[in-house]
Amino acid sequence: MNTLQGTGALARLILRLDRIRLTAWVVALGLVPVGTASAFQGLYETEAAREQFAATVTSNPAFTALLGPLYDSSIGGLTAWRIGTLGTFLVGIMAILTMIRHTRDDEETGRRELLGATVVGRHAPLAAASLVAVGAGVLIGGLIAIGLAGLGLPWAGSIAFGAGFAAVTLAFAAVGALTAQLTQAGSTGRGVGIGIAGFFFLLRMAGDASEESLGWLSWLSPIGWFSRMRPFAGDEWWVFTLWIVFAVTSIVVAFSLAARRDVGEGAFPPRPGPGRAGRSLRSPAGLAWRLQRGSLLGWTGGLAVLGGIYGAAADSIADILEDNPQLNEVFESLGGTQTLTDTFFTAALGIIALVAAAYSIRSVLKLKGEEEALRAELVLATDTSRSRYAWSHLAYGLVGPVVILTVAGTVAGATYGSIVGDVAGQVPRVLAAAMAQIPAVWVVTGIAMALYGLAPRLSAVSWGALATFLLLGQLGQILQFPQWTLNLSPFSHIPLIPAEDFLGPPLITLFVVGGALIAAGLTGFRQRDIPA
Amino acid sequence: MTNAISISGLEKRFGHVVALDGLDLEVATGEIHGFLGPNGAGKTTTIRVLLGLLKADAGQVSLLGGDPWSDATELHRRLAYVPGDVSLWPGLTGGEVIDLLGRLRGGLDERRRTSLLERFDLDPTKKGRTYSKGNRQKVALIAALASNVELMILDEPTAGLDPLMEAEFRAAVEDDRNEGRTILLASHILAEVEALCDRVSIVRKGVTVESGSLADLRHLTRTTVVAELAGDPAAVWHLPGVHDVEIHDHRVELEVDSDRISEFVSGLAPLGVRSLVSHPPTLEELFMRHYEDGEASA
Repeated sequence: MNTLQGTGALARLILRLDRIRLTAWVVALGLVPVGTASAFQGLYETEAAREQFAATVTSNPAFTALLGPLYDSSIGGLTAWRIGTLGTFLVGIMAILTMIRHTRDDEETGRRELLGATVVGRHAPLAAASLVAVGAGVLIGGLIAIGLAGLGLPWAGSIAFGAGFAAVTLAFAAVGALTAQLTQAGSTGRGVGIGIAGFFFLLRMAGDASEESLGWLSWLSPIGWFSRMRPFAGDEWWVFTLWIVFAVTSIVVAFSLAARRDVGEGAFPPRPGPGRAGRSLRSPAGLAWRLQRGSLLGWTGGLAVLGGIYGAAADSIADILEDNPQLNEVFESLGGTQTLTDTFFTAALGIIALVAAAYSIRSVLKLKGEEEALRAELVLATDTSRSRYAWSHLAYGLVGPVVILTVAGTVAGATYGSIVGDVAGQVPRVLAAAMAQIPAVWVVTGIAMALYGLAPRLSAVSWGALATFLLLGQLGQILQFPQWTLNLSPFSHIPLIPAEDFLGPPLITLFVVGGALIAAGLTGFRQRDIPA
Repeated sequence: MTNAISISGLEKRFGHVVALDGLDLEVATGEIHGFLGPNGAGKTTTIRVLLGLLKADAGQVSLLGGDPWSDATELHRRLAYVPGDVSLWPGLTGGEVIDLLGRLRGGLDERRRTSLLERFDLDPTKKGRTYSKGNRQKVALIAALASNVELMILDEPTAGLDPLMEAEFRAAVEDDRNEGRTILLASHILAEVEALCDRVSIVRKGVTVESGSLADLRHLTRTTVVAELAGDPAAVWHLPGVHDVEIHDHRVELEVDSDRISEFVSGLAPLGVRSLVSHPPTLEELFMRHYEDGEASA
């Protein structure tokens, strides 16, 4: 039998299963770059206005660290700079999640066996998932290319931009295919895959933060290649060979691993564990710790590294001011260079807070996973009240982000402090700014808990809410969205710490909103059917 | 003696789907009660209501003298539950899950834990994701059987077990009976129910269609007879209490009302019996009859 037999049928099945999920990804990632370009057109109509904006951006290395280098002040160049890093990262996440969901998850749940017993070749599931993931990337790329060209941007740049997104999807679909072969659990595969995407993101950031000495790091990252491909700024088409070589290598390795192993097995054989439960595994809290500790550790570690890179990048802001007395004077008059680093740290920690919020949603929705897997009822049929059970996981949604922000904030402060020779002074400053993000994160936690408790089928909408906040935070200001839309995001209410007061009315409001949402979710959870 | 479980007129709807439509169930303290019904009859829904996981739309439900919804946690200290579809935490070993569930219920009988592990031949050091369906079920069964509770609610507990393990399960439940535990056993493995249960309730489409001891139920039904006759097999039509006759040459297969079996045998003898097999109604036949009767009247 042809090992790819049935690929088409499986691909159609995946499209059917993911019709809403994939449509949301494709529409969002395809239209955001076009919307951004359109907004830039409205905001900076003249060449001079764009050049002035570009000059501000390029003079600030913090921007380069966060978003990558800006190569061209045309509308296309600005859009590629503004959207490229974040967009390619998200496209990569989409590819990895799609791959794992339709390969390893199916094996773990036994659905793969159901299909494998029909006329389906052994490579068909992996091929079908790759086909759909890459297809989604091509669709996103197509939307971008046509949309940008439709705005009157040059065709070559538009196609390069769109093709770049498609190429990143291809590369990360290959990463997903590879990680799906390694681990037995889909959740571990997802963790490893996202970890790899995060690593490439950080690699690019480290490279771009100090381009002269470490610029080569960006060349090691499929995310970094996007800006190096210079859409609208020279269109270096040869860069596509990097993505293709990267993807082909990973896919070949993935398929050969898939051919060698048994269905359900990973690269690492399962090892037996203890025959008796340890002392900590005696309560719902003990169980939740077992289920949540690995991911808490992973997310904290990843974001600590990100914090370190931000801390290192913050220093280059001070450098640029030393080189530029005029700019320095401007900032002195605005309240000193400290204000600039504070602004930078608030922005950087805002990004860390968004990721911490993603962790929080994930932790809260562990409840939903447990309920759907019918494991919640095993625990709820014992002497465990619903509140106690819900809190055992909700606690990670609330305390986890505090841990993450504390560690990331401390590392960022310590890194910056050790460079400028003021660890004792900088750690508390940056840590305070990190802590200020917590109430906003808790609003997201509350949204997830409220949806799970009151309308569990809509739980995934919490990801939509987070995506909206991300969009508003990252693009709202620069594209001059109306203030009321910006106010929708809890992250826009974070005061500039330590420049502003900590416990002002905005933070108190966020606490109240988050608390009310959590209370509503818990009440709903206590009163509804399980499984819903 | 009080009832461990007492349900009357229980209704539960999921959207437009009526899962339970006035179900009644009485389980006396200390008995093993078989809870029978085809797939989708409402057995699992009833059990989830008893566990306080689902909220009843209408009807009275009493569990160990309390209300399963409002007194859930207090009641759960006194019962153990084995779901029909056992799903374990992929990263926890079987032994860890047994201990965890035992501790969450308020304690495990160490001696029983050890003997049950041996009896069910379970390796407690394997991770949840590597167990087969049968082994996952064993983990939940051992956790339930080893805990010190008054009531066990078992939802098709042997669906994934091999015949050897099924026999072990029966032996373990027999031990429990001797300790005076109440057991509600939802099943459609009829041999198991026949072997274990004092009384059974049969549900269909969310309604209880029959309830009583097996002897009671049998009395109401028929005995199956398969005979090879020297004479004219068509003559069996005229014998007393005969139903559902099937004739293949000299071989007849029929059912006789159980209370007229003596008259039937007297009438059969003159027809020249070469061979005769008769067996009392199996639960399966009973079950099928209730099921089909229900279909006919529905």
